[in-house]
This record gives sequence, C-alpha cells and structure tokens, in this order.
Amino acid sequence: MADTTDRPEGAIPDATVTVDYPGFPEIAPLDDDSLESELMTLNMGPQHPSTHGVLRLELKTDGEIVDNVRPHIGYLHRCFEKHAECLSYPQVVPFTDRMDYLAAMNNNLAFCLAVEKLLEVELPERVEYVRVVMCELNRIASHLVSFGTYGMDIGAFTPFLFAFREREDIFDLFEMTCGARMLYNYIWVGGVSHDFPPGFIEKCRAFLDKFEGKMAEYNDLLSHNKIFVERTANVGVLPLEAAFSYNLTGPNLRGSGYKWDLRRDAPYSIYDRFEFDIPVGSGEMGQLGDCWDRYMVRIREMAESVKIIRQALDQLPEGDVHKAVPRNVRPPKDVECYVRSETPRGEMGIYLISDGSNVPYRVKVKSPCFTAIAAMNDLCRGHYVADIIAVIGSIDIVLGEVDR
Amino acid sequence: MTPQEIFDNLQAKFGDAIIDLTENVDPWIRVKPESIADVCHYMRTDAALGFESLMCLGGVDYGDHLTVVYNLCSYAHKHTITLKVEVGREEPKVPTVEAVWRIANWHEREAYDMYGIVFEGHSDLRRILCPDDWEGWPLRKDYKVQEYYRGMKVEV
Repeated sequence: MADTTDRPEGAIPDATVTVDYPGFPEIAPLDDDSLESELMTLNMGPQHPSTHGVLRLELKTDGEIVDNVRPHIGYLHRCFEKHAECLSYPQVVPFTDRMDYLAAMNNNLAFCLAVEKLLEVELPERVEYVRVVMCELNRIASHLVSFGTYGMDIGAFTPFLFAFREREDIFDLFEMTCGARMLYNYIWVGGVSHDFPPGFIEKCRAFLDKFEGKMAEYNDLLSHNKIFVERTANVGVLPLEAAFSYNLTGPNLRGSGYKWDLRRDAPYSIYDRFEFDIPVGSGEMGQLGDCWDRYMVRIREMAESVKIIRQALDQLPEGDVHKAVPRNVRPPKDVECYVRSETPRGEMGIYLISDGSNVPYRVKVKSPCFTAIAAMNDLCRGHYVADIIAVIGSIDIVLGEVDR
Repeated sequence: MTPQEIFDNLQAKFGDAIIDLTENVDPWIRVKPESIADVCHYMRTDAALGFESLMCLGGVDYGDHLTVVYNLCSYAHKHTITLKVEVGREEPKVPTVEAVWRIANWHEREAYDMYGIVFEGHSDLRRILCPDDWEGWPLRKDYKVQEYYRGMKVEV
C-alpha cells in the first residue's frame, strides 16, 4: 500500500469508514449540521418481480439503509373464509388448492384432516399412504420453486431452470394420477380422488433415484456459490425468541436452530411410522437463523422427503381409496377443532366449527406465510434495500395463502 | 398438561375471571374480556404453562354475540389450549395481547377487519385484507355487501 504521508496538501484523505462485513458500518454523524437529511419513502411492489406475488412493502429508507418496513397485503384477498361458510365441506376443498397454489396437496390435506377430526372417520390404510406420498412429492415441488426463485431473486438464473426441470417430473406424476398439474382437488374428505394408476410406483421410484443425485448439483450450483453466500449469510437474522413470538413455523423456525416439525412432534396422519431427520440451521455460513440457514433447511428437507416417500412406497398396503368417503359430510352439531399440519411453508392451522349442517359454520385458516410477512419489519430493519429481496425469498411466501 | 390442569392452574391464579372449561373435540376455556391480556401474559411467562406462541387468533359470529378465539401452543411442553372471549355485537371491545405475542398485532387487525372487534391498546388497528375505506364487517353473519365501492358496482 502506498505511503500516504507524502500526500500533497488538499488531496482527498483516506477513507475513515471501513465496511467490515457482516456488521454494518459505524458512521459517525456529520459534524456539519447544515445538511438536512430525512427518511425517504420507497414503495416496493405490488407489481415487483421479487415479491413473489402481489405484496407491497412500504420502505422508509435512510439513504440505502432500511429504517422501517410496512407490508401491505390483501391484493389477493378472495374471501376464502366467507366462501367456505356457504359451500358444503367437499366443495371447500378446491378453494384450499388456491390458497397455497405451490403446495395444493398439503392444503387439501390440512382442511380434510380438520373435517375428518370432527367426523371421526376411520381411514383405510392405503389412503394414508397415498396421501403421504403425494404430500411429500408436493413438498419437494414446492421447495424446488423456493430454491429456484430464490436463486433468481439473488441474480442466478440457471438454478431456476434446473429446479423447474425436476418439478415437471413431479407434475407428470400428479397428472397421471389425477389429471391436474397444479391445482388437484386430490385429497377428499375420507379419501383421495384417484388411486395410483398402473405404473405410478415404478415411475415414482425412478424419479426418486434420479432426483437424489440432484441435491449435490444444487449445492454446487447455488448453495455454496460465493456470491450467493455473500448475499444471504448474516442477512435477515431471526432470533429464536422472535420466531416464537411471531409464531414463525416450518423451515423458518428450523432455520433458527429449533428442532420442531409437526410430522415428528405432533404426528398427524401416519407420519410417526417413518424414519427421517429434521434438518435445522446451525449458522454454518454466518449467524444462526440467517437467510442462508433458512434456505439450506429447505434443500436438506427435500432429501428427507425422498426418504419418507421411499418408505411409504415400500409399505404401501392394498385397499380401496374410496371406501371411507362419506356420501354426505355432516359433522355433529356444535363441535369445533383446531388442526395443524406441516405444509412446506410451516404450520397451517384450520379452525373449524360445525353447526351440524353440511356447511361449515366457520373456517379460519392460519396461514404460515401470514405470520412470516408480519415479521418482515424486524427481519429487514438495518439492512440495505437490496437485502430485502434476499429476506423475502428466504421466508418463502405465497401471497395466495397470505390473503386467502 | 391436560386442559383440565391448565384450567385449574388458571382458576387458582385468576379466580372468577376464568369462567369455565368446555369439553369438545378441542376443549376451550372461557375468559372474561377485561382479563384476557393479563391471563395471556401469565400463560406466556409462567414456567409450567409456557405458552410461547399464539398459533391463531380469530373472530366468530355466534349470532347473539361475537367471540374472539385464541389458539395457544407451547413448544417446550407440547401442549395446546384454546381460549375464548365473548363480547357483545354492539361496540365489541377486547384488550389487545399484542404485547404478549408480536404476531397478535396482525391477527387482531384481521379480526377487526372481518368482525369489527376493537382491540383496545392496539398500536396500529387498521384494516388488513380489505381496503381501508371498505364498509361493514364482512364475516359477520348479517353482513350485507355495500352497493358501490368508489363508483364501482360491487354485487353483480
């Protein structure tokens, strides 16, 4: 480095502020108070490509640094809860598809679990296994979108194409089973709409074999990419206490290092019969609970889903998937329940009240993405504007589910 | 803890403010509206109860009265419970639990948006899903949709 002592008088002095990643630069207040500074309002969205739907963030920025984030939601509000109060129980199921349209199977399941709890129906074994296979396949498909779009948000286009290539294979499996690729109406109260068609199991196994090798590819491509790590490590750190207080669940909670998964800790369906690990964040690349940790939990969860699907296919019993589907869904009078299940985005809760008719009296959906957006302000404060994109991608929101 | 134990614990601490425990598919405890914030604060901070998280909060319209439903869970003890607070249809008011769980801020905004339940002491009680200038409380059973919204016919 050049010696600065022989600098001619009047030349620009050395920079006194050193930007030392990960902390934020300590910038001393200007001695000259004649410069006026004020917070600037910046609207991000609702038509912003990186907000994963129609979300508007009202940012107050101090130069490049975000001082305050106010999320505005409701642009996709389609009155699900009001609709549900005038539709019979089976008619509500297609509406649940459209909440979290990236994981429609898991949404179907969440609602059906609640209705079945009120009805107290006994499901055939095969139905449970078929549901697990489909839900875990959908979990992989959903995490693939999360992985692909996250890369794209940060500036890497290729992972997106890789992810969608595998996602198409999963959609082929869904299509050959129920005819739909995106919104399935597949899981019904008391059963599923179609049994596996001939050849499904072989095709599914072939997909799993192929897919298992891809995770290393994703890691090479994105997870350990220097640019990606620099953008996501130490950004948007979520302390565990805040995760509880905001009721952030699923990969967001596990990213903060807490080993909690409803599939293991409050098992529903038949998840207690399978062996799988629960990946949690450990601050490998930066601080515990940063964007990279949350991202990596999803990548590792895909491998766990593969394990579950393999076990379910191995144990798959014979049976009739329509046997327990009731002709008339009519839960008893004045019963209610709150049922949680683990969707790819966290715990989805369905609060259901029956008045004894064939129409629900009240359906309340607790959406995991709703709680995640509520935490945006605490996650983003003090970061650069560009980091907001990294945070939104890392909490993996689907606005259809937030607004319902 | 079983719901009965949670109920006994609360009743020993708060007495009359805890009304009763109703057995159902998922049992619930009725709490007097004015005490709900204190009860929630106690349920979060007490080591034996340890309800770190508010899973869900929503309104229900039972015709003659409105109800606010709180679904709580404890990660450490792996137990859950439902609290209910009943308020009248005219000027329904419930103290906010925003200070206990931060997520309550948004859930209470939603309950206000859909049922018109006012959460006293809430820092930012605005509509959340509907536009700010929407009229009426959509999830009430007697809701009639407004005829025009900003010059657009609402119901076709």
